[in-house]
Amino acid sequence: MLTILFDGIAYGMLLFVVACGLAVTLGLMNLVNLAHGAFAMAGGYITVVLVNRLGVPFLASLPLAFLFTAAIGAVLERTLYVHVYAKSPLEQVLFTIGLVFMSVAAVDYVMGSQQQFVRLPGYLQGQINVMGVGIGRYRLLIIAVCGLLTVALQFALANTRFGSRLRAAVDDARVARGLGINVNAVFAVTFAVGSGLAGLGGALGAEILGLDPTFPLKFLIYFLIVVTVGGTSSITGPFVASLLLGIADVAGKYYVPTLGSFVIYTVMIVVLIWRPQGLFSRGTAR
Amino acid sequence: MAPVLQTIDLQKRFGGIVATNDVSLSIEKGARHALIGPNGAGKTTVINLLTGVLRPTAGRILLEGRDITDLEAYKRVQLGIARTFQINQLFPDLTPLETIGLAVSERLGMGGQWWRLVGSKSDVLTQAVDVLDRFRLADVMHERTATLPYGKQRLVEIALAIACRPHVLLLDEPAAGVPEAERHDILAAVAALPKDVTVLLIEHDMDLVFSFADRISVLVNGELFVEGAPEDVARDPRVKAVYLGEEADA
Amino acid sequence: MTVADDSSTATRALVAEASAALAARARWGPLEIAFWLAAIASVFLLPTKHLILTEIAILGLFALSLDLLLGYAGIVSLGHAAFFGFGAYAAGLLAKYHVVDEPVLALLVSGIATMLLGFVTSFLVLRGSDLTRLMVTLGVALVLREIANRLDITGGADGLQGIVMEPILGRFAFDIFGHAAYVYSLVVLFLLFVVARRIVNSPFGLSLRSLKGNPLRASAIGIHVNGRLVAIYTIAAGYAGIAGALLTQTTQFASLSVLDFERSADVLLILIIGGAGYLYGGLIGAVLFKLMQDWLANLTPQYWQFWIGLILVIIVLVGRDRITSWTDPIRAFVQRATDRVWPRAREGG
Repeated sequence: MLTILFDGIAYGMLLFVVACGLAVTLGLMNLVNLAHGAFAMAGGYITVVLVNRLGVPFLASLPLAFLFTAAIGAVLERTLYVHVYAKSPLEQVLFTIGLVFMSVAAVDYVMGSQQQFVRLPGYLQGQINVMGVGIGRYRLLIIAVCGLLTVALQFALANTRFGSRLRAAVDDARVARGLGINVNAVFAVTFAVGSGLAGLGGALGAEILGLDPTFPLKFLIYFLIVVTVGGTSSITGPFVASLLLGIADVAGKYYVPTLGSFVIYTVMIVVLIWRPQGLFSRGTAR
Repeated sequence: MAPVLQTIDLQKRFGGIVATNDVSLSIEKGARHALIGPNGAGKTTVINLLTGVLRPTAGRILLEGRDITDLEAYKRVQLGIARTFQINQLFPDLTPLETIGLAVSERLGMGGQWWRLVGSKSDVLTQAVDVLDRFRLADVMHERTATLPYGKQRLVEIALAIACRPHVLLLDEPAAGVPEAERHDILAAVAALPKDVTVLLIEHDMDLVFSFADRISVLVNGELFVEGAPEDVARDPRVKAVYLGEEADA
Repeated sequence: MTVADDSSTATRALVAEASAALAARARWGPLEIAFWLAAIASVFLLPTKHLILTEIAILGLFALSLDLLLGYAGIVSLGHAAFFGFGAYAAGLLAKYHVVDEPVLALLVSGIATMLLGFVTSFLVLRGSDLTRLMVTLGVALVLREIANRLDITGGADGLQGIVMEPILGRFAFDIFGHAAYVYSLVVLFLLFVVARRIVNSPFGLSLRSLKGNPLRASAIGIHVNGRLVAIYTIAAGYAGIAGALLTQTTQFASLSVLDFERSADVLLILIIGGAGYLYGGLIGAVLFKLMQDWLANLTPQYWQFWIGLILVIIVLVGRDRITSWTDPIRAFVQRATDRVWPRAREGG
């Protein structure tokens, strides 16, 4: 059972790293970005190419995946996304769905439709024994990296100047502009970092979540659940939601395989009926 | 005679802010009651509480003796209380005829009928046209409301509330934002309201208030400050102080 | 003559004029009649294309159901395929297990069953913002897909196979050329369209338009907003369910793809292309979409999803208003030629 808990936590933290970018863009720019999963997919495929084909060491490929995806995100934000900030949620949905379709088809064309596997280095394979419990090394790495990222994010938000600018802009963009904060720059950087994190999550998660061109659509609902249940006004909300979701999904699939993904969808619907603004956010629903 | 509209210790809190504090109003049938007060006094909040847009934190609201505190907004309208909004709340894509006709058909219980064509019931149409005519909107009744000039839209706003044939009508600054040239129509419409309809009016225009009201309540910081006949309120030094910000006499 | 007599004569004249104007707007215009005549003609003039025309008719009905939701009530749904798929599987199960053999009856039963589903899930879309609604509707569709995937009776990933359809009304057998299927679908589409047309031109339809435009004011004039939303959601669900049932009946097969997210996205796209809020948008959009799909599939067989995505992106970037304004000259011409007012396709959300 502990293994399940452990696996669930690893899964949950992965979800968090990928989804936190979505939560922040939603909370910050009121942007419904259904294409967020595509950035995660990009990170995964970049890692596959780097490690499998170019022989880059796995651990080194992770920051590269982050940087590449962040760069893609920055470019797309300034060229495409900036035009849809002011549009209705429906149009944003259609726009980002369009982007997802395009990215899914493009990746299928370039990389083929089969599932990709990353050649993990030896020291990350297998398990280590901690107090009689077998703990997967790879999952341990995931928890470590994601945990560090979460702490770093929280620190950056709370203790840096950029963090306070970001929090101000999320709270009230108009007032923030009035205070001289370059909200557009904050948007751009935040979007890039969020996409980069998604890419990093995708790189880390390729082995566990399964990487193929349909990734963005398959996991879309998970990211959306994290964001709606966790709310968009903090980091802790999505964090807790991701953990709950990860553990629930892993435990559900293990103990009640016939129900499988049911459990989470139903949980999401129930939560949204009960508290449309999410379990953790303050204020009204977005 | 029992009051037609009554609030008992009505209170509304938003977190730590008390927007409405123990407001007890008692309005007689057929009254022309004005609610005045400085900006931010909470007058619109009172209207929102009376109509069900907001739920009170405490207190009760009675319409013709019946407790409506927990009723939803649309049910209160069906019981006979209607309002206008300070900023026009209209249906931009509907024509005045459709707008007024909608209110009439809802009132006659035909709103849910999906099998009839709009305009096929002559009494609905007659009542709607009648209201439009009274407000001098007949010549624009087929045009999209969004395209009408502001003064005409304001008339639609008031006509819409009238079309609900309310027993109690709450007017939230009916003349607000209306250009000078079109004010007369608004004022005339307000003055021509049927005598058996009870009217609670929020206004800043003191000419309108004193020419229209037979009783005035002054709301300051969410509390009822002074209440009485227009002449008495006009002479009350405390009221002047509140509006002009001078030191009130002890 | 007294003043009162004068004014009442004037009012009576106004009432008569208003009545005539309203009746004129609801009357079937020449373009509408031409549209349906062309549809009927296609039965005889395009006998080799009946298979694809059936698909278009079914898609059109599906899009029409979404138009009722989105174009008239302003409800944004990302999971409308839930009702399409539910109706599809219902019809399939009814036929496969010989619960209801006669197709028209089975169609009705499927439609009613889907309406029940719509009614039960309607309260989910009453609360929360547009975003919450998007998620909840998406979630419901995914739940249904999972159910269809897991249950043995629905065939799981293989879908419902071995469906053999009885002749329609006991007389018109389904043939491999799709003749019976097309006429059947077209008739169903037309009948449901007529009903939908009545609904949107009724006081009920007017109240929907009002609560889409300003729900606050709608409730301030005594309209039970949530009640109306539940009603239209139920009706739209029924329409979508019948569309799905038609698909199963005309193809004698039901697969998980009827519940795919892509199907919900496609129908949204169709409605955007054709324009929402005037009932014909879904039908026109379905024709254009199918033609486009055919053409693109010939270009790049596996990757046509890319082009659909691109079209979506372009449509949003260019803006629906601007696209609609390109058709303004046509609309103005038609207006002058027929001396009628044609509504500008306005979008919800």
